[in-house]
Amino acid sequence: MTASRGIPDRLRTPMERNLKSWESLLMLVAIGIFVANSFASPYFLNAWNLSDATFNFTEKAMIAFAMALLIISGEIDLSVAAIIALASTAMGAAAQAGVGTEGLVLIGLSVGLLCGAFNGILVTGLGLPSIVVTIGTMSLFRGISFIILGDQAYRGYPPDFAFFGQGYVWWVISFEFVLFAIIAAIYAVLLHMTNFGRAVYAIGNNATGALFSGIRVGRVKFILFLLTGLMSGVAAICLTSRLGSTRPSIAFGWELEIVTMVVLGGVNILGGSGSILGVVIAAFVMGLVTFGLGLLNVPGIVMSIVIGALLISVIALPRLWSMWRAG
Amino acid sequence: MKRRSFTSLVAGLSLAAGMMGSTAMAQDDMRIALVVKALGIGFFEAAAEGAEEAAKELGNVEIIYTGPTDTTAEGQIEVINALIAQGVDAIAISANDPDAVVPALKRAMDRGITVISWDSGVAEDGRQMHLNPSSTELIGNTIIKLAADHMPDGGDVAILSATATATNQNAWIEAAKGVLPNYEGVNLVTTVYGDDLSDKSYREAQGLMASYPDLKAIIAPTTVGILASCQAVTDAGKIGEINVTGLGLPSEMAGCVESGATKSFAIWNPIDLGYSATMLAHAIANGAEAAPGAEIAMGRMGSVTLDDTNSAAMSDPFTYDSSNIDQFKSIF
Repeated sequence: MTASRGIPDRLRTPMERNLKSWESLLMLVAIGIFVANSFASPYFLNAWNLSDATFNFTEKAMIAFAMALLIISGEIDLSVAAIIALASTAMGAAAQAGVGTEGLVLIGLSVGLLCGAFNGILVTGLGLPSIVVTIGTMSLFRGISFIILGDQAYRGYPPDFAFFGQGYVWWVISFEFVLFAIIAAIYAVLLHMTNFGRAVYAIGNNATGALFSGIRVGRVKFILFLLTGLMSGVAAICLTSRLGSTRPSIAFGWELEIVTMVVLGGVNILGGSGSILGVVIAAFVMGLVTFGLGLLNVPGIVMSIVIGALLISVIALPRLWSMWRAG
Repeated sequence: MKRRSFTSLVAGLSLAAGMMGSTAMAQDDMRIALVVKALGIGFFEAAAEGAEEAAKELGNVEIIYTGPTDTTAEGQIEVINALIAQGVDAIAISANDPDAVVPALKRAMDRGITVISWDSGVAEDGRQMHLNPSSTELIGNTIIKLAADHMPDGGDVAILSATATATNQNAWIEAAKGVLPNYEGVNLVTTVYGDDLSDKSYREAQGLMASYPDLKAIIAPTTVGILASCQAVTDAGKIGEINVTGLGLPSEMAGCVESGATKSFAIWNPIDLGYSATMLAHAIANGAEAAPGAEIAMGRMGSVTLDDTNSAAMSDPFTYDSSNIDQFKSIF
């Protein structure tokens, strides 16, 4: 562009440029959807309705943050929804036996951690591909729930347990939304401001190189599986509390929605790049689209088509743009 | 340069939303949402047809026919949240999970929305009333009547049920035995169990024909059993001698009715069910009290009386025979 080529004070890799435009693009999409929704439905701009809308994505987004780190490191966990089912079933059984709210939370988190550890050991200990391992554990974890519950349901959770999924911290701000914001902040710091976060990127870009640079690749990946399991446990607590009951079909099909959220958020499905901010915006985009279309009583199948089209266009647009400029 | 693509995308989205917005209806209509287990199921499409019929009859009623893509409680909760946000007047739901939708429906009731369940019920504290398609007594009576209608001189009948532990079937059979004295000459010889498996039901039907040579009718209060029995009777060349009846699906039973192996059978009519649910939701939203003992009118379907759990039964199961099977076989 300029005649003399000076030395820049910092390097801007193509990846970084792409990332920056990605979040701004997503942000514009989110704003566009927000504006479109406000025009399309008179019920959209209402504090309580918007608060209700956040429940469409908060639980999924909690898992999506941990999943983002896992995908950046080059792995994936498809068993997250099944972990929710198993954790919820364990909590239901415990509630039946008279365990109090604190105990239930502890059980939910522990089951999540244990499932995450199981995935982690199989992937990092035995060196198996994570997509195969977690497709297996997806059936395994949910299968155990089906064996325990069959066509029955657990109800009768203690009354104060309802706070996690149905409680409000202040006015229309739900507990789940506050938790979502706190978890987002924690993951943003973890990924973008710590050595651990840099290690995650390094592993995703070149695992062998990272290993020779002294990064304990296996341990980092194991911790990421633990975190994903833990987040599934947290989501299980919120969802179970919101539904007030457990069936083995709970959260069925969520793993794909969570991966969609992560990819829409700009995380490279092949690993190596992505940001938490992108995932946060993607969560809002998906929540706003489903809620906005719901207000217009658009059938669910059309919603799936819209989400799919949105995903493909947001991913394809920057690529098409650069091809057009280059050509 | 890049900005152009963003603005066109945003413009496209607003355009799309604007087009959808044009379908918004006038405010003064009463809006009743018919929430089903999942969209694209023939049974529920037929129920929606009944709801539209009721809306036309009532006037000033808009039906919102909606539901999730697959039969999950979470999907239904998102639908319920969107309906609460729109401030609909009433929700009539066939629930995917009797418990999981309760918190969301409670919130709907807190905000002044009338909530009833139909077909597949919601736990008591999540709805104002529940409409069952039929009742144990009505079903028990119907299955005997179906057999008796086609055997004027009486004779032996046998019941081929699902599993020996199936709660529904056992209750219906108990009720059927209770009304037997009302049908002179009808002699129930035995009850066998096909476990709702096609091959086992088929063998049990064969066994019945072998053990009771004078058998005039097989009554199967299960969709699997009735189809297998019809097949067994057809294969044994006993069409016309033995009438297979009970509860079945029109789409599956069309062939049996055509061949004459089944003269008539019954199942609830989804059109009537959607119609009645809409009528009830409209009545309660307009101030009719939903309390034990209350009687609520539902247009051409008569009226229902609520029991101790605020539940009610719509009617006798609807009878299908050669005169109407063609109309219904494509519906469900």
